[in-house]
Amino acid sequence: MSKTILSRGDFWFSLLTTDAKLRHGQCASVKVADGKISHKPARFIAVVPDADNQFPRASQGEVGLLEGWTLAKMVDEVVEADKNKTEKTAIIAIIDVPSQAYGRREEAFGIHQALAGAAGAYAKARLAGHPVIGLIVGKAMSGAFLAHGYQANRLIAFNDDGVLIHAMGKASAARITLRSVESLERLAASIPPMAYDISSYSKLGLLYQLLNITNVQQPSPLEVDLVKQTLIDAINDTLKQGVDLSNRLQAKDRQASALVRAKMREQW
Amino acid sequence: MQNSDTSFIELSARERARRLLDEGSFRELLDPFEQITSPWLERQGIVPAFDDGMVVAKGTISGKPAVVMAIEGVFQGGSMGEVSGAKMAAALELAAEDNRNGIPTQAVLLFETGGVRLQEANLGLAAIADIHAAIADLRRYVPVVGISTGTVGCFGGMSIAAGLCSYLIVTREARLGLNGPQVIEQEAGIEEYNSRNRPFIWSMTGGEVRYNNGFADAYVEDSVNQVKQAMNDCLKQGVPNQFRSDQYDYYLTKLNTVDTRKQVEAADVTALLGRGDRK
Repeated sequence: MSKTILSRGDFWFSLLTTDAKLRHGQCASVKVADGKISHKPARFIAVVPDADNQFPRASQGEVGLLEGWTLAKMVDEVVEADKNKTEKTAIIAIIDVPSQAYGRREEAFGIHQALAGAAGAYAKARLAGHPVIGLIVGKAMSGAFLAHGYQANRLIAFNDDGVLIHAMGKASAARITLRSVESLERLAASIPPMAYDISSYSKLGLLYQLLNITNVQQPSPLEVDLVKQTLIDAINDTLKQGVDLSNRLQAKDRQASALVRAKMREQW
Repeated sequence: MQNSDTSFIELSARERARRLLDEGSFRELLDPFEQITSPWLERQGIVPAFDDGMVVAKGTISGKPAVVMAIEGVFQGGSMGEVSGAKMAAALELAAEDNRNGIPTQAVLLFETGGVRLQEANLGLAAIADIHAAIADLRRYVPVVGISTGTVGCFGGMSIAAGLCSYLIVTREARLGLNGPQVIEQEAGIEEYNSRNRPFIWSMTGGEVRYNNGFADAYVEDSVNQVKQAMNDCLKQGVPNQFRSDQYDYYLTKLNTVDTRKQVEAADVTALLGRGDRK
């Protein structure tokens, strides 16, 4: 366990990997440990702040160039290692990513490609039969979430004010849509996909479980057990249902997505 | 008129798709007469479009089954909402299913998009995750060819989709990047990224520089014939030995040598990733 807690993501990574073996050698902002969850092999991965990050725009837990490519490598490593095994290691992505890295270096050196590396690796793992579970303990923003978590078979989130899922930060979203932050917030109150809070998000049918934790930063041992049990349930559920993401398409507030698929199949 | 060349960029999304498919083979799915519009835009006082800015057309390319998905950059900046995103995801998913059933349906994606439609934020983002999933699935069987020609560019989560494609074709007028210039300026300041300095922006994310630095496979003029020729060449190459998105060792090795104490200039990127350094 790390001595200083860098972030919520780091904290939950520590709680879930007490008996796991830390992997060393990759960039400091991507923590990886191999252990077990209910006797099943699992690799835990978290993106954490690194004040000394070589790329300064990615020092606060953002997913940048090194993080994207490193996530790709860490996930692919498991897929390669398990290539000939029937029991595939579960991959647990602990998600607390405030954003992708916004910067000139990032664009210049192709951050879009680094994030494609990560998203592609998670998808490849899922298609190879690895249960991939995303545990959202803090922020899950935009491109960072697409790179670290959105390819998971199952998403679990904490029902907590500090949990935010969105396509863009409020100030930027307001600027791009030529609205004030206030009018953006007013709209978000009645249009669920625009909202930033986790209870609005949960109406979109994209979550497997929404967990109540009294204090996310000081959970009781029982609550930590609940999280572990939910991860195990998610793994088992995934193994039963298979590799695709169709389980996300059931919600009332995501009706059009299902309608389009049905019509497309009809006309295909 | 088949052999006469014209600008590709000036064509609508529907016309682009028609021109890339074999003559007479174009058949649009969920066309505007179906009137499947965004359920979220009217509530915000925005006039929707009957195709939601996404054209999905089946047909053949060089006689083989194909599906072309073209984003209409004119509608809401080519942004991905619930319906437009689901149209693209669904078509990719069905193409993968075709391949599993022995029908080798190939896919071509025309990216003219700013990324997520912020008026449908989290559903646009979810649809983009589905698109990523579907490209990763389909590209195992057949080439998935991405094309970005201009003038909207390819940004946000859709630039990640472009990065997942088996091959990517760009023109000089194209731009490819994760974050739009305005957003970087908003988040990081004008010193970091000046969203009004067009030559600077093209020197970072323009089609030519992306091609020269290995982020695209073909660089073509704004010409229907050239785009089509490049697309055919990519399709002929089949599934690549290694996807660009799997080249983490190459990129990590390179990036770890970068001195990031000073800000980066265009020449530094070419020195690091430029084609001169490749085989």
